[in-house]
Amino acid sequence: MSDSILDIIDLKLGFETSNGVSPAVDGLNLSIRPGETYALLGESGCGKSLTASAIMQLLPDDAWIMGDSEILYEQRDLLQLPEADMRPLRGKSIAMIFQEPMSSLNPVMTIGQQMSEVLRLHLGLSRPKARMLELMVKVGIPDAQRRLNEYPHQLSGGMRQRMMIAMALAGEPDILIADEPTTALDVTIQAQILMLMQDLQREKGMSILLITHDLAVVAQMAHRVGIMYAGHLVEEGSADDFFKNPLHPYSQQLFKSLPNIHKRNESLATIKGIVPPLTEVFEKCRFASRCPYVKDTCRNILPKWPNAQHKVRCHIYDDHYKNLFMQLDSDDNQKARNGLTNDPENLLSAKDLKVYFPIKKGLLKRTIGHVKAVDGVSLHLKTGRTLALVGESGCGKTTVGKAILQLLPNTEGNIQYQEYVLNDLSYNQLKPLRGDLQFIFQDPVTSLNPRMMVEAIIAEGMQAQRRYKNSPERMIRIQQLLDQVGLPRDSLQRYPHEFSGGQRQRICIARALAVDPKLIICDEPTSALDVSVQAQILNLLRDLQDELQLSYLFITHNISVVAYLAHEVAVMYLGRVVEQGPISQVLEGAKHPYTQGLLAAVPSIEKRHAFQGIQGELPSPANPPQGCHFHPRCPHAMGQCRKKYPKSSGFSKEHWAKCFLYD
Amino acid sequence: MFAYVLRRMIYAIPVLIGVNIITFLLFFMVNTPDDMARAQLGDKYVTQQAIERWKVDHGYNKPLFYNQTDEGMKKATDTLFFQKSLKLFSFDFGRSDSGRDIGHDIKQRMWASLAIAVPIMLIGILINITFAMLMVFFRSTYLDISGVVFCVILMSVSSLFYIIGGQYLIGKLLRLVPISGYAGGLDAIKFIILPVVVGVISGIGAGSRWYRSIFLEEMGKQYVITARAKGLSEITVLFKHVLKNASIPIITGVVVIIPSLFMGSLLLESFFGVPGLGSYVIDAIRQQDFAIVRAMVFLGTVLYIIGLILTDLAYTWVDPRVRLN
Ligand SMILES: Nc1ncnc2c1ncn2[C@@H]1O[C@H](COP(=O)(O)OP(=O)(O)OP(=O)(O)O)[C@@H](O)[C@H]1O
Ligand code: SF4
Ligand code: SF4
Ligand SMILES: [Mg+2]
Repeated sequence: MSDSILDIIDLKLGFETSNGVSPAVDGLNLSIRPGETYALLGESGCGKSLTASAIMQLLPDDAWIMGDSEILYEQRDLLQLPEADMRPLRGKSIAMIFQEPMSSLNPVMTIGQQMSEVLRLHLGLSRPKARMLELMVKVGIPDAQRRLNEYPHQLSGGMRQRMMIAMALAGEPDILIADEPTTALDVTIQAQILMLMQDLQREKGMSILLITHDLAVVAQMAHRVGIMYAGHLVEEGSADDFFKNPLHPYSQQLFKSLPNIHKRNESLATIKGIVPPLTEVFEKCRFASRCPYVKDTCRNILPKWPNAQHKVRCHIYDDHYKNLFMQLDSDDNQKARNGLTNDPENLLSAKDLKVYFPIKKGLLKRTIGHVKAVDGVSLHLKTGRTLALVGESGCGKTTVGKAILQLLPNTEGNIQYQEYVLNDLSYNQLKPLRGDLQFIFQDPVTSLNPRMMVEAIIAEGMQAQRRYKNSPERMIRIQQLLDQVGLPRDSLQRYPHEFSGGQRQRICIARALAVDPKLIICDEPTSALDVSVQAQILNLLRDLQDELQLSYLFITHNISVVAYLAHEVAVMYLGRVVEQGPISQVLEGAKHPYTQGLLAAVPSIEKRHAFQGIQGELPSPANPPQGCHFHPRCPHAMGQCRKKYPKSSGFSKEHWAKCFLYD
Repeated sequence: MFAYVLRRMIYAIPVLIGVNIITFLLFFMVNTPDDMARAQLGDKYVTQQAIERWKVDHGYNKPLFYNQTDEGMKKATDTLFFQKSLKLFSFDFGRSDSGRDIGHDIKQRMWASLAIAVPIMLIGILINITFAMLMVFFRSTYLDISGVVFCVILMSVSSLFYIIGGQYLIGKLLRLVPISGYAGGLDAIKFIILPVVVGVISGIGAGSRWYRSIFLEEMGKQYVITARAKGLSEITVLFKHVLKNASIPIITGVVVIIPSLFMGSLLLESFFGVPGLGSYVIDAIRQQDFAIVRAMVFLGTVLYIIGLILTDLAYTWVDPRVRLN
């Protein structure tokens, strides 16, 4: 114990619920050593952030610490410390950064004001400006002098997170708690921020408690790993041991449910069921209801937390019980997929799509320019295939999707669907085709009307499309849809809020399927979901594709999902596609420097501590750089790149990129 | 900035015209000049001649919108609508039905209204914010809950009770200040105190609860947690971070009513005998002097629109995220 800087001993805390106090964190033990990165990994709601708030003594008002919990820092129990003694530690000895860098900064105070507070308070600096500039340079904020007088909304997401880090560093803390620091950021920016954290740690020797749900981020960053499940720590060990040999059934399932290119021909392993809600009475092993190896013992006797290097809370590894599990009969639910058949035909072709949003100004609202959100994009969607559209946020992906469905007024270009030219059709002519072309949104919570029951939600589109003459027929179809997307039959008379995130996305899928679509545009359908739930949804989407020969335009920033699911991929940068081709050719032989950078920024589990990023950030689409849009960030930029936009060069029948390196 | 204000003023014109037409219709078509004359002259025993004479004296003998007997422009201008309604746009309020110069009256009486309304607003804001801050500082303790209960009680009592109670307690029993009345100059102070106290007290319930909910909403935001995580004390968090953000809805909510302060308070002025614009309206209604009521409705609309424009300007001043375009 003496070699650690922070010890959490038997931490137990809970909320008052109608059935008494529910232990949201239950008997958590962990120690953080000087200079190490300890990654605490778990799905949403498992108690990671509560643990962090407990360390900071910033728990929500209705949370209670219970039992003999202790959090030891410098021989003092933080839980017993009066507020007056705790306050000087916050921001000075233990600093914290949060997930959402926009809402974490005060919107009406300048960057300089917010930063100087910390320096005045903890370092007693009366003129903190020089030190502020120093810190901002250190975290890589260009033009620091000017930024000091700016407000948070004037900074990009990545810059805001750098600001948060600079503020956290200001007190020179021993421990930095980073709660999902990169979840809200693009992979390219994520890579920059994570690398910055690594560099700073090397330089200052501080410890980092990294809270995340992303195994790949853990693989890149962590020295040691703790896996949390429903308030319990279920496994802990060095990152090397953990990634070589994950022990707990939950950890193993997590690895299996991650999509990647090697699993393309099989469905993903899923963890059945959902994380038990806090309001329920837990079984002794909280994973029991979802564990493939579960025995009665697991439900009745709490597995011990052993004293070992690589710890795991599971009876399988307990000498006392391990003979119960002589043969591990897991109900492995992976099934093979049928391979792809012959050349599919084009279902929908978009040619030279352009969407310009006017920028208006002045007394008469004159148009003074345009945001070229989409600037000449051509795509072909084939029957039964998936085309993935990837790129950083703001590059125009969603706009392409909406433009294809004719949901935006100012769209130019030609969209051919079967024998129709969609952009020539009037609203009424388009209406019968709407059923063929469906959209699934990123956020299953906001895309469902909270006041409609599931039945009404699914039936709405059918009625609009006049699919079924009478209600019994429609009812049969709705029941069928529920089975198809794996929702219980009694869901119909329930409201969306009664469902989990994954189930809500299933409702959205059922709603889209209800009108027998041919093409579904999926806009980040899994990015709001946990890994284990993501696997269920991805499996569902693939099964449906095989069964119904659906085409997907899959909009995402998650490259491993693309690798698993897509047949073709188009990479977008500032409103234009810069590279496109069959998935294996693009992933294994990316040609465009932007694609290469994007792929390098994706943290990988196989190659640990090995990612790099792209420098800089996406410029404003209102004012794109001259010539090749990518040249300010491109490591290979040449003279001509600054002058004109490169033409496309082909590498195979379907693989091409726009870059002067291949001209 | 200038262009923005100009545009807003141009947008206001149709609204004003609309209000103007509606009040005109209400006051001249529903309630015809004949009815007015009868009311002014006393309902019974009025001869048609007396009515006609009254109408000529007060300029109500013209047609509504179109005067066929006149020439050229006069066809339109020598009408009731032009004379009585459109002229309001140049703030030419004309004479009241009882013969008074309305513009002059307004100029004279608005100071009494302001003398009461401005202190009520300023003192009220100060007290309400302080009270709300205290409740938020002690949030979810018994102090907070008692505070809310107290507010609800204050809110559910009728303002008449405060007026009469105040007059009885302070004016009659304690004899600290006169029960009602008004005087010019410095003497005004002793007449103002009572209505101001009553006005402030009757506003505490609703005001503090509104501010408390604004503060609590801000307290739930992530930047508050960041501020605490920096090691700032709760007081600093409240006064520096929360108050600054909460002042956006507070300031804009207050700015919108500032111009309307000129109009005074109907209730307070008439009960305390203050010769402001509020009691002016009440008296006019009582005497069925619709010229005054019309003028005041128009003025109220103008002031309210000015209030809305000022609110938008206030936003750009207090909220760095809002920029005019
Ligand atoms: N209605 C609109 N008016 C003006 N600009 C818009 C509008 N909708 C989108 N934009 C701009 O167009 C660009 C592309 O937006 P889009 O939503 O397609 O990006 P995206 O790649 O889907 O991003 P994300 O991954 O964050 O969803 C952005 O710069 C955005 O600000
Ligand atoms: S204790 Fe039992 S139920 Fe829990 S993880 Fe181990 S095998 Fe599964
Ligand atoms: S064209 Fe030039 S700047 Fe653009 S990606 Fe290729 S090498 Fe880089
Ligand atoms: Mg998007």
